[in-house]
Amino acid sequence: MQKLIKDGQIIDDSTVVLDSDFEGTLPSGALLVPLSFFKDNKASFENRSNVGVWIDSHEEPEELIEDLEKLPVIAINFPKFGDGRGYSYARLLRDRFNYKGELRAIGDVLQDQLFYMQRCGFNAFAVRADRDINCALTALTTFSSSYQAACDNPDPLFRRRS
Amino acid sequence: MYKYDDHDRKIVLERVKQFRGQTERYFSGDLSEEEFLILRLQNGLYVQRLAPMFRVAVPYGMLSSAQVRNLAELSRKYDKGYVHFTTRHNVQFNWPEVKDVPDMLESLAHFEMHATQTSGNCIRNTSTDQFAGVVSEEVTDPRPYCEIIRQWSTFHPEFAYLPRKFKIAVNACPNEDRAAIRVHDIGLQIVKNESGEIGFQVYVGGGLGRTPLIGSLIKEFLPEKDLLTYLEAIVRVYNRYGRRDNKFKARIKILVKALTPEVYAEKVEEEWNHFKDGSSKLTTDEINRIKDFFVPPAYEELDSSSAEFEALLASNEAFANWVKRNTTQHKVTGYSAVTLTLKKAGVPTGNVSDAQLEAIADLADEYSFGEVRVAHDQNVALVDIKKSDLFAIWQKAMELGFATPNLNMLTDMICCPGGDYCALANAKSIPVAEQIQNRFDDLDYLYDLGEIELNISGCMNACGHHHVGDIGVLGVDKKGAEFYQISLGGSSVKSASIGKIIGPSFAQDQVADVVQKILNVYTENRTEGELFINTFRRIGMAPFKERVYAKAN
Repeated sequence: MQKLIKDGQIIDDSTVVLDSDFEGTLPSGALLVPLSFFKDNKASFENRSNVGVWIDSHEEPEELIEDLEKLPVIAINFPKFGDGRGYSYARLLRDRFNYKGELRAIGDVLQDQLFYMQRCGFNAFAVRADRDINCALTALTTFSSSYQAACDNPDPLFRRRS
Repeated sequence: MYKYDDHDRKIVLERVKQFRGQTERYFSGDLSEEEFLILRLQNGLYVQRLAPMFRVAVPYGMLSSAQVRNLAELSRKYDKGYVHFTTRHNVQFNWPEVKDVPDMLESLAHFEMHATQTSGNCIRNTSTDQFAGVVSEEVTDPRPYCEIIRQWSTFHPEFAYLPRKFKIAVNACPNEDRAAIRVHDIGLQIVKNESGEIGFQVYVGGGLGRTPLIGSLIKEFLPEKDLLTYLEAIVRVYNRYGRRDNKFKARIKILVKALTPEVYAEKVEEEWNHFKDGSSKLTTDEINRIKDFFVPPAYEELDSSSAEFEALLASNEAFANWVKRNTTQHKVTGYSAVTLTLKKAGVPTGNVSDAQLEAIADLADEYSFGEVRVAHDQNVALVDIKKSDLFAIWQKAMELGFATPNLNMLTDMICCPGGDYCALANAKSIPVAEQIQNRFDDLDYLYDLGEIELNISGCMNACGHHHVGDIGVLGVDKKGAEFYQISLGGSSVKSASIGKIIGPSFAQDQVADVVQKILNVYTENRTEGELFINTFRRIGMAPFKERVYAKAN
């Protein structure tokens, strides 16, 4: 079974991520559906507690504002690890829109990006399947302190220096 | 200068450990070339035409003598015994081995230096005036603000993968842009409002490269405490909306131009309003804590001059020339700021040997409170010299080859490493600089010419700032041959402007001749004391063009 890092633990994950051009009947089980499908088919999710939405790097997290309380998972796709838009989306979802559910990084998700992703509010990481997820887990503790305020620490270092 | 505390030390050492692990994973094949590329760039490591190049940050240009000695030591141990000073407060090693870089970083960390974000698509080293803190005109010392920005931008989790590189510069002088802020992604002009409070005028979207643009003012007065939140808003808007489909259109200047500065400013304002009074708003305590690291050293009370000094000036013309050219007025009576000019024929611009570095450190310890500044014109400055020590410094600088009295003269060129070193370059820069230095070696002629800026870049990335030189030289590739395009009338100092291209490009061996013709037109047309830029603005391109392209009789 595929693995996921969630809240600092490696767990089994059976979530199916539907392609951006998905059409038809929803499979059962845990799902991540693309934003456009979600917007067009909101009614069909009313009774499903295991369906989340994924947004791509060119889509806007603002599109989900009205649905945040109902969504157990929001995933942000990194088409390439060098595309940094997802970091800002995560911060907006957490800091501005106060999203409390699971925020998952999917796509080109690699060990060396996890620490910053975690700081920006991600708490789940679908590490690329060809990489060692146990190694990746160690990246979450790379730094013991950081200068800026972010989702992991509401105060910047200058308010914490003794 | 800023001193690390336990927090800073720990963060920097953890970074070294992280990069050591990444380098090991690269060599064991666990990290691909492409994945390692971004990680090594963010640690200052390029792979160049002939060898790796490793770029160390010199935050706002300040180095202690101990740091200078460490650079010398590293250049001996891991390189060929010299370093290269860049135009943006960086020091480069040109021949290190990739495997040695973690050890170099660790050594640097022990001397409170790093190579963090000196490359890559992230927020780079913040630059300012090399004479910050000793210039009497400045509104306030810009260095504490640069340090505050350094800490905020260091390992910023949201902005490590921007569309493109991002550079911030701070200027504190009201009448002169001493940090070229209008050609930076963000330019901050320190100002005082009517109530005497410190704040910033904020410019965005300036830059050189293949689309040179002058930055636009988007905020008339940003109170100092709002500095970090406002920067965060600017960069967030850029991170979300900057183009990622074409690296040549990815800088913030393209986005600002596409949206218009007014719309960009609105977007920033809207973003900023959400968190401007949040925890990242600076506190008086923090600003004062950082300012305390930059208190003036223990200056002596001195007379403005002495009979002995005046007698030396009167009797020794060479010394008087050097004092006139290579020293800058200091805000404290009896002191002077000295520029050690590193540029002379036969030495690639900005290159300094290990022994020279150590000699600079010795001079700093003996005469200038153990502190050295790296200037954007690729020279080195000792900024707290007693006037009574100038003669001794001059004599030592001459022995070391640092006393060519050509500061801001034609031969004090800005020049990138060019095709001799850089994989990006279309053409070599260093031989062109040498050709010009050899042609114009008559100091009387240079002094008569007056201050003039000649800048050379080996490609349109414009590391040699050719767009903002009075005379700009750009290396171009013409069917596989190296040619040079010449532009006139650029300036980053007063009412910034981008130089205009004079016409078709020239072969390498023609460059000095062309420069000579341009200078002839200038000297024939200038009024008493008129600077090149003003003559050019007055008479226009036509007379220059006519002379340069005139058919030989």
